[in-house]
Amino acid sequence: MRRILALLLLLPIASLAAGGGGYVDLPAGKFRTALKYEDRKGDTRIAPFALMRKPVTNAEFLAFVQAHPQWRRDRVGRVFAEPRYLSHWVAADKLGNTALPQQPVVQISWFAAQAYCKAQGARLPSWDEWEYAAAADETRRDARSDPAWRERILRWYSRPSNQALPRAGLQTPNAYGVQDLHGLVWEWTEDFSSLLVSADNRDQGDADNAKFCGAGALSMDDRDNYAVLMRVAMLSSLNAADTTTNLGFRCAKDLE
Amino acid sequence: MKPMMGTLFALMLSVGLLSAGAIAAPGQAPLPRDSVYQLPVHLIDQHGKAFDWSSKRGKVQLVSMFYTSCQYICPLIVDSGKAIEKQLTPTEQQRLGILLVSMDPKRDTPAALLTVANKRKLDPARWTLASPRPGDVREVAGVLGIRYRALADGEFNHTSALVLLDGEGRILARTEQMGTQPDPEFIQQVRDSLRTARK
Repeated sequence: MRRILALLLLLPIASLAAGGGGYVDLPAGKFRTALKYEDRKGDTRIAPFALMRKPVTNAEFLAFVQAHPQWRRDRVGRVFAEPRYLSHWVAADKLGNTALPQQPVVQISWFAAQAYCKAQGARLPSWDEWEYAAAADETRRDARSDPAWRERILRWYSRPSNQALPRAGLQTPNAYGVQDLHGLVWEWTEDFSSLLVSADNRDQGDADNAKFCGAGALSMDDRDNYAVLMRVAMLSSLNAADTTTNLGFRCAKDLE
Repeated sequence: MKPMMGTLFALMLSVGLLSAGAIAAPGQAPLPRDSVYQLPVHLIDQHGKAFDWSSKRGKVQLVSMFYTSCQYICPLIVDSGKAIEKQLTPTEQQRLGILLVSMDPKRDTPAALLTVANKRKLDPARWTLASPRPGDVREVAGVLGIRYRALADGEFNHTSALVLLDGEGRILARTEQMGTQPDPEFIQQVRDSLRTARK
């Protein structure tokens, strides 16, 4: 019994430590997605939610792996993470020189990201939530129509991805107080596998596409928004056990 | 204190759920690392029977995802399973299980699943139609490599695949060719897996 009480006392502390930069509250809002859903007209309603200020770092993920050794790269189920999972760490339980503690964790599968957030009493953000938060620049909640802002984001995408990753949390927070949504790593969303984009751009929105049941294929409503287009194309090409050298994650929580 | 213990236990369970992996029953060897049964999936079938999908261990399975109210592709998924069945000898048929997991568990009650099983004359000795818990659907789809999105009108937009699992739950092959004309290469893979499987 005493042990359970001790565990109860430890739980909030452990999750705080793992939370690092903590969460920022985002208000409810109506939002026009850059994606075109045939079944969804008008604005998307976003319920209030909390989002991690920064992506999860190597140090934070190492603490998780130590507490949940079934997520070590040498023990994890192959259906949950492919062989490259955490392969940039020097050992299964050690970061080493190639993975600095404050860098965002990458080479992470969707299942591993989910498990991390679950252990925090959180979840991954939905695509809608991610896109909503990422529409903001430093001063405006929706900066997407500003060509200068778009240009800035695109410059990051054109940088070669073989350079060492900067630390998480270096960029100026956006209007919500969230950092690094652009310009650092790609990020998993809870519903990444709901992004069903036809491989061929010209097929988009074609209800005859036999790959999908019924209508409702997804296409881009705002074709000038390349930043979103690239995110969606990337997420829609991944399987849940896949990892890449520049794909990380952050967690979200319901509010109310 | 008792209710609190219960909550705590539930909390620990929910935290450990995804990560713990299926726990091998006593006397059974641990699951291979590449087995989909590493993911604990609680299902309820067309007869209202509850089970973890890892109880299918020991028998080759053909697994897919569907939902009963689907008008277009989903009947084709059933057709595909039946077409493959038809190509097998009676002995081979006995060695194969066919498991259709719903992506719409809120509406796919045992009664809804049974209606489809009866209407399509699916042999209950081989065919299992089952619903997972709503919160588990995306994880099941994740290990099977199936993508889906719930649409505003209650339909789903989804990819279709038949996934062949060996007795240990390892993925041997998959086909996205749906309908009454199955991919001959896939049929061959099914037969090969049944030849080496124990009955």
